[in-house]
Amino acid sequence: MSTGEEAGIVIIGAGQAASQAVVSLRAEGYEGRITLIGDEAEPPYQRPPLSKKFLAGEIGFDRVELKPAEFYAGANCALMLSTRVSAIDAAAKTVATSDGKLIPYTKLLIATGSRVREINVPGFDLEGVHYLRSVGDVHDIQSHFKAGAKLVVVGGGYIGLEVAAVAKKNGIAVTVLETADRVLARVVDPIVSKFYERIHRAAGVVIETGVTVVGFEGKDGKVTGVDSGDGKIFPCDFVVVGIGIIPNTELAVNAGITVDNGIVVDEMTRTSDENIFAAGDCTNHPNGIFDRRLRLESVQNAIEQGKTAAAAMMGKDKPYNQVPWFWSDQYDLKLQIAGLSQGYTQAVTRGHPETDNNFAVFYLKDGVLIAVDAVNRPPEFMMSKLLIAQHAKLDPARLADESINMKEVAKA
Amino acid sequence: MTKVTFIEHNGKEHTLDVADGLTLMEAATKALIPGIDADCGGACACATCMVFVPAEWESKLAAKEPMEETMLEFCEHSAENSRLSCQIKVSPALEGIRVTMPESQH
Repeated sequence: MSTGEEAGIVIIGAGQAASQAVVSLRAEGYEGRITLIGDEAEPPYQRPPLSKKFLAGEIGFDRVELKPAEFYAGANCALMLSTRVSAIDAAAKTVATSDGKLIPYTKLLIATGSRVREINVPGFDLEGVHYLRSVGDVHDIQSHFKAGAKLVVVGGGYIGLEVAAVAKKNGIAVTVLETADRVLARVVDPIVSKFYERIHRAAGVVIETGVTVVGFEGKDGKVTGVDSGDGKIFPCDFVVVGIGIIPNTELAVNAGITVDNGIVVDEMTRTSDENIFAAGDCTNHPNGIFDRRLRLESVQNAIEQGKTAAAAMMGKDKPYNQVPWFWSDQYDLKLQIAGLSQGYTQAVTRGHPETDNNFAVFYLKDGVLIAVDAVNRPPEFMMSKLLIAQHAKLDPARLADESINMKEVAKA
Repeated sequence: MTKVTFIEHNGKEHTLDVADGLTLMEAATKALIPGIDADCGGACACATCMVFVPAEWESKLAAKEPMEETMLEFCEHSAENSRLSCQIKVSPALEGIRVTMPESQH
């Protein structure tokens, strides 16, 4: 069944990249029909606050939704919510939905994002075992927020630690279990891991590293404990699992589009099919600053690729090539990250992470700044963002010297 | 509701009735006013929602937190009267405020 509508631009996914693409398409002068298809019930909303202020109950959905629902109607954008796309037919230029509709497109944007990596151990389906990816997930988690309740967080990454911080503030007893020998092991230097372990422990969170979860125990279908395999059970009333995300690339694969750790796009978000573009978490894209391909999980990546994709669908080149940046809020600490630290040869600390609550760690590769982790240190973050883009070779002694203003560190 | 006016770098004006309690940034982005990117959604993490506030309004705004202050210090188009619009809550005291936007947020 065809909708009988005139073909226009179709966007699969209704997250930040999709929402930005709608705004940018109109700004670029596109006047045709836009159809946004998302599998969640809500219109596009921001995900970063979900594990922060929204989980804490400090802001409601009206503060996380990106645009009021009326905006889409006003922008001649059809919102098909709670709708899954089952297939893309690239030859016929149509998208099939799971409720049997066939929607023709002139250009297609795949902005399917990513989904949580699930934990595949016995008891995974017990009531009270949660993930955090959607507004619905947050409501499920909040339903357990009663003072004195016991939470086990599986995974000491950003999501896990942000959840731990919010839960602790709500009077919940929190234990974080991490497989590696330190939290945030995949993304930061041990200096930063040690800092966050200290902060969480000081707040009363129990952090256990080197612990691999082998199963969940339950009673009457509800989770009651987490089994670490060495005879130790961590009792709990609920669990939040944060062990990473997986890009949603299946539709692209099945449509014959090139996929390699994400949907392969160029700097203009073009896929291997001339009428199909992709933006956000689901893409694998080139980055000229780091001179390699990246798959990023960040809101900056979603927004900027959304802008680039809108331009590209209008035949304009707006290459996406930026220093990646991220942030994490835990307690009263704002961690701002610029660049990518993989492959660093030296970590330089500015400040005193072992005692203070503000410091920065600079990551150098053969003397060149490639990343920074700045805790409550906006100057270090802002200046590093510029210096990373310039491939600045910096003197570690100057970086570490607090008497030198960040604006002066690059001077010889 | 409080009336606020955003003025684009090219001089184009947008006047909005904003619900009190929202931030200037939220008001601008929900109304699709060009020139305020607000990539981080209001977490004071990105400095892409900068506006210029005329001197006569400065005393009516809450003072800058250190975080905002230092973020602004390192923004490319920052000036003495720059503020991050995600940190400015709209209230009746701001009735009639007019803020201008920089050439670019990046």
